[in-house]
Amino acid sequence: MSNFNFKLFYLPVPVRIAAVLAAVVGVGLLFTLEAPPVDVVQRGFRGLGLFQNYHPATFAKTVAENQPIAAIGSPLMVGGPAGKVYKNVQVLKDVPVAEFTRLMASITTWVAPEQGCTYCHVDTSNLASDDLYTKRVSRRMIQMVLDINTNYKTHVAASGPTGATGVTCYTCHRGNPVPKNIWFTEPKGPAHALGNTSGRNLPSRAAGLTSLETDPFTPYFLGADDIRITPSTALPEGTSTASFKATYWTYGVMMYMSEALGVNCTYCHNTRQFSDWSQSSPQRATAWYGIRMVRHLNNDYLVPLQSTFPPNRLGPTGDSPKIACATCHNGVYKPLFGANMVQTYPELTK
Amino acid sequence: MALLSFEKKYRVRGGTLIGGDLFDFWVGPFFVGFFGVTAALFAVLGTALIFYAAVQNGDYNVWRINIAPPDISYGLKFAPLALGGYWQLITICAIGAFVSWALRQVEICRKLGIGYHVPFAFSFAIFAYVALVVIRPVLLGAWGFGFPYGILSHLDWVSNTGYQFLHFHYNPAHMLGVTFFFTNALALALHGSLILSAANPGKGEPVKLAEHEGVFFRDIVGYSVGTLGIHRVGVFLAVSAAFWSAVCIVLSGPFWTRGWPEWWGWWYNLPIWG
Repeated sequence: MSNFNFKLFYLPVPVRIAAVLAAVVGVGLLFTLEAPPVDVVQRGFRGLGLFQNYHPATFAKTVAENQPIAAIGSPLMVGGPAGKVYKNVQVLKDVPVAEFTRLMASITTWVAPEQGCTYCHVDTSNLASDDLYTKRVSRRMIQMVLDINTNYKTHVAASGPTGATGVTCYTCHRGNPVPKNIWFTEPKGPAHALGNTSGRNLPSRAAGLTSLETDPFTPYFLGADDIRITPSTALPEGTSTASFKATYWTYGVMMYMSEALGVNCTYCHNTRQFSDWSQSSPQRATAWYGIRMVRHLNNDYLVPLQSTFPPNRLGPTGDSPKIACATCHNGVYKPLFGANMVQTYPELTK
Repeated sequence: MALLSFEKKYRVRGGTLIGGDLFDFWVGPFFVGFFGVTAALFAVLGTALIFYAAVQNGDYNVWRINIAPPDISYGLKFAPLALGGYWQLITICAIGAFVSWALRQVEICRKLGIGYHVPFAFSFAIFAYVALVVIRPVLLGAWGFGFPYGILSHLDWVSNTGYQFLHFHYNPAHMLGVTFFFTNALALALHGSLILSAANPGKGEPVKLAEHEGVFFRDIVGYSVGTLGIHRVGVFLAVSAAFWSAVCIVLSGPFWTRGWPEWWGWWYNLPIWG
């Protein structure tokens, strides 16, 4: 025992400081990182680095949270047209009444399972009344679903062996009267420099916790600003005159899209040249249509509902709640992992 | 002692790690040794394989030569030569050559009776390479996660691998690595210019030594790390740069699958915010 010494405790001060720092950082990493193994999907030529990475434990949670709910029975195409049987049916007039009732019951489970029929109808003896704003909004939303399923097959039925995937109310609502992932236009900051963050430089939950745009939505999903900022030539030959600011906006919205779909940039792009369609995956084209679809739906359906919504449903600038990628996708590359919910509701696809 | 006469005294047998006297000789100025032979063999074989694989690909444009790793479906098995097998063989040769070079440095250190600081520092460069093509691929479960050998193709891999994590600048270990690289350049510039300034005092002035160098830094920032100290700083900065670059890529994938900006969620979730 006499030979025992405490040599380790006589390390130079900088080494001791480094050891303490390393211990703190190491313990910190243990609590913030994920442990292997990892599930990886290769989506390009070998060696190109086009991979989607998933952590099985985290992904299992996402899978559990994104399951379709069972349809109520199967389509019941019997009875006269709903428009003749019920009063004040404006949209689904020609749907056979049994199917119409089945759809109404389904909408309740999709949108207002706790509130029931009277979330939209003043009471069950007066189904025709439009007194509640929720009924007037629902009608517009049904028209929106029909519009999506008939006119945006380029986005909602883009691929997959099961053919048309389409959308139902459940795609966005998931049993909530107000879908979880909606957005409002952010109020403008002060006109003077003090306290003006230029719409960024704060942790942006919308842009994947980067310090990029805190409202990456308004310019692209309401307005029609150009997302393309990448020059198409290796040297600056004037093929892109986009400013740094425009570049930040683009990166902000791209971070949002990635997080909304639970994928990384290489899901759509080969980043060696973002702009080149021939090097991009087919999903980039699907996304291109999706951006246009969202823009159209916001401008033609949600913005005009501004006067229908009560003030408590409006945003900080008094604007309508609006949609973007995450509203349907909820962190998954295909909403509900591509489950086809419309096949049992054929009236929503005509 | 004149340098040449010293070298004569130093060029004696012994101090080798393995092989005994077998390759214990010099060719011109170069010490050979067992690891000199293995380094040369691996280097020649690896380079020949690069040329051969490039010819097989049929593209002779030096910028576009691309020897890619296998598809990840091959896992940690050998792949057919044309489908990533060349990459695997070249990787073995590269590691063989780099490690041989480090061990040759060790043998020279032993002959000279000096410390192992050079092979120690060089081993961090080897570690960074091995982290990229062995440690990370093994943790992820396939050789296909290594980077391809090609001037432009490896840059495409770097770009795409960075964008797999949305914004790589938010990777905390990448932040440390970048900081060490830049600080290393700053330290080398300060040290190099200081030595040159002392050695070039101007016409008619005697050459200045360590005292003047120390005074310069004490005058301008209040502290001089000293003649030996600056070299400790240099090794620390350079070795740390390589070490944290290796850590930053090993973390990306095996230990983090989402965007790096999202990792910082722990900060926003600390219970200290109002």
